[in-house]
Amino acid sequence: MTLGLHAPLALGAVLFGLGLYGAVSKRSAVMVLMSLELMANAVNINLVTLSRFVTPVKATGQFFAVFAMVVSAAEIGLGLALVLALYRSFRTIELSAMDRLKG
Amino acid sequence: MSPSLPLVPFALIAVAIIGGGLMMLLSRNVVHATLWMLETMLATAALYLLLNAEFLALVQIMVYAGAVSVLVLFVVMLTLRRRQDAVRSLDASPVAAALAVLFVAAVSLGITRFTPTLAPASAQSPTILAFGQLLFDPKGPIMVPFEIASLVLLVALVGAVWWAGGERR
Repeated sequence: MTLGLHAPLALGAVLFGLGLYGAVSKRSAVMVLMSLELMANAVNINLVTLSRFVTPVKATGQFFAVFAMVVSAAEIGLGLALVLALYRSFRTIELSAMDRLKG
Repeated sequence: MSPSLPLVPFALIAVAIIGGGLMMLLSRNVVHATLWMLETMLATAALYLLLNAEFLALVQIMVYAGAVSVLVLFVVMLTLRRRQDAVRSLDASPVAAALAVLFVAAVSLGITRFTPTLAPASAQSPTILAFGQLLFDPKGPIMVPFEIASLVLLVALVGAVWWAGGERR
């Protein structure tokens, strides 16, 4: 018994939904960043799936996924540095404490 | 005949990925959540192996399971003043859940209607050797984006050190 294109695409969609839920609901900055990583992971799953099923010889999606990984690695590095900088000035990483710009 | 995936390995990997993501969101302890994220990343590497993307599976293990998880663990431990601070409320939010469910429903609808022309089953993905030769070909189409990607990483590294570095400015 085998599966076609749509099963891994659905897996990516569900994983993206989990990441979206975490990014919107969590109040810890680190948890939000981890949820963003889940979403980036879901995007990469879709890219690799399409590469396998639509353009296996040229592996277009795999090259896209490589660059998406570069960008998400840069993003998590900068995000965590930002969390550390915020922790130094607020002494907490609760997002609800960061309301200095609130009108 | 188009390419296909074996059912049982895919089902196991899918359970590992979705279960890891769920457990990450349902863990009260931030350190446990990080470890569940690590499990999700490793299961994703297994999925890449199943999809004939060996190089990406290796990169996934090295970058996400190796670097990102350790980085997140470091930041978690650097930003905890007491051990008890690791345990947090669940932050359950019905609005966010509704948003996520709506999103997944919309995307699923799109997926069911998505029927691209599939490649023949005999088409093989490039091996790691061919993939690397394409990636590092000086005259290839990937060369300029590759160099830009290294520049992005360099700028991100400098920016991260600048933000996280000491008090003096």
